[in-house]
Amino acid sequence: MSPSGALSSDQIKLGRRHLVTPEGVDLQIELADVGSRIGAFALDLMIMILVLIASAYGLLSMLSFNGELAVTLLVLIAFFLRSFYFTVFEMSRRAATPGKMILKIRVAARGKARLSAASVFARNALREIGFFLPIGFLFGIGDNGVDGWMNLLASIWAGIFLFFPLFNRDRLRVGDLVAGTWVVKSPRPILAADLVTTDTPEHADVFAKFTFTPAQIDKYGIRELHVLEDVLRAKDTDVLADVAMRIRTKIGWVWEDGESNTAFLRAYYTALRGRLESKMLMGVRRKDKFDTR
Amino acid sequence: MSRRTLTLKSKRFREERQGDWKDMETMLKSIESRSVRGLTDEELIKLPKLYRATLSSLSVARATSLDQSVVSYLESLSTRAYYVIYGSQQRLRDRIYNFFARDWPLAIQSAWKDVAASSFIFALGIVIGFVMVSNNPDWFYSFMDAGMAGGRTPAASEEFLRDAIYDNDPDSDGLGAFAAFLFSNNSRVAIFAFALGFAFALPTVVLLLYNGLSIGAFIAVYTGKDLGFEIGGWLSIHGTTELFAIALAGAGGCLIGRAVAFPGEMTRMESMRSKSEQAAIILGGVVFMLLVAGLLEGFGRQLVQNDWTRYAIGGAMLTFWLVYFFLPRKALETIKSNTP
Repeated sequence: MSPSGALSSDQIKLGRRHLVTPEGVDLQIELADVGSRIGAFALDLMIMILVLIASAYGLLSMLSFNGELAVTLLVLIAFFLRSFYFTVFEMSRRAATPGKMILKIRVAARGKARLSAASVFARNALREIGFFLPIGFLFGIGDNGVDGWMNLLASIWAGIFLFFPLFNRDRLRVGDLVAGTWVVKSPRPILAADLVTTDTPEHADVFAKFTFTPAQIDKYGIRELHVLEDVLRAKDTDVLADVAMRIRTKIGWVWEDGESNTAFLRAYYTALRGRLESKMLMGVRRKDKFDTR
Repeated sequence: MSRRTLTLKSKRFREERQGDWKDMETMLKSIESRSVRGLTDEELIKLPKLYRATLSSLSVARATSLDQSVVSYLESLSTRAYYVIYGSQQRLRDRIYNFFARDWPLAIQSAWKDVAASSFIFALGIVIGFVMVSNNPDWFYSFMDAGMAGGRTPAASEEFLRDAIYDNDPDSDGLGAFAAFLFSNNSRVAIFAFALGFAFALPTVVLLLYNGLSIGAFIAVYTGKDLGFEIGGWLSIHGTTELFAIALAGAGGCLIGRAVAFPGEMTRMESMRSKSEQAAIILGGVVFMLLVAGLLEGFGRQLVQNDWTRYAIGGAMLTFWLVYFFLPRKALETIKSNTP
């Protein structure tokens, strides 16, 4: 989480990308990781198969009085599922199939272009040759003339498509490459409570007990503050005790009787954040404890 | 010190603004759950305001707040809002209308070279297949899958072949299912022809040739039994639509392949990207055409048994498609600039 400036190369490696809105704000989007994409695809496949089985089951009763129509419908349902399941869902405003929605990822156009229906269509048309075609060969849907060599070729072919996202920086599938899209994280925004809540009188009383000298506060920088925030939010008693102990030692804090770790840490967090934020207003971002500015 | 905590600027900032953030969040939720329908008037007014407020909050938070949770919350909120605002605002109805009124025919028009090339290759395949099987019927078995041919091989009797094109038994089973199967099969071939285009269009060309060969071989079997005129009618009633559709899908593949092979000023990637949308539009229409062809095949061919009527319908369909695609239309840009 750097300030609005450039992303570090580490962040790029971890999948952060610049996305500057027309208003000039860099949103710094995050690419979906390969694991969640595989998961989403597996979920979607399962849904498709379940729908197909359900409709086959439903059409079974029809078979006795109009067999032809039942078969026709089944062929059509299978076709539309295979060819348009992904396309239709990704054309919606969420730009995600049910599997993608569950794993909180979505399709987006690379760069600033808007995601067009045509790109969605193109990226999913390539699924046909990247997944369904080789799978068809492997399971011998082509029937005659498909021998071991063909299977091997199909596996290699499928392998290239399958592992493609692992071998490029933007984790693009071949379809993404052709259609100019990529898959990004789209987490539900959740606003956690501010740790600096002293509004309630009890809190104010507890916090008032802790007064830190400027020297004590200046022991840490932004990185440590963020770690402290994570620790406070995770609320693991052992970790809290450990961290509180370390900070007390480091800043030379005199232990008082009945002092709670959480209260101490929250008070210190508040003091440290206030200190670092006011420094930031003066144009100084103290990166971490080694940064002596 | 406790006084200072009360006046922490980032905390005050959050308290002042979080009302807007929550409004934005609720609005996004309601818009996203409605999928592709348009926005209400109230949303049209409020959405940009809230969006700008959220973006500005994000900038301020990044510069002044060290509360990670606030910054990451604002990041994901802004990103979601960005995708809604800069996503497509068209209603589904308008999208479908635009597709058939402009996007699809214009995409085909501007790819006329590829359409011509792909039709030529396809036709070439048919001619070669025809000539080869006419001269030596054994070739048939290398072009056609005997299962697909359904017994309609050079070895079949004239009687059998004639029965296959004039289906006089209305109760005969499986024709509808067969049409549906053919439709999904053809669509798949079309999708392959498109999707394989990125490899310099070579697989597309091979696919077109191969499909042409089998059709040519099929025709040759019939002309060999002096049923040339009849098979023409049988094929043309749906074939003009179906074969044209496959040629168009091939054109989509050629378009991409050509963009990759001859990128000009751009990089190959950019060049491919610039054409993929157009090719995808063509392909989307192709699937629709194949659906029409499937209907013609499943119903038209069963109901219409007269050769001349079959030719007439086939010819009319071809004329319709050609006029529809190549009738001069206003270019997309001029229309775009006229509509707000």
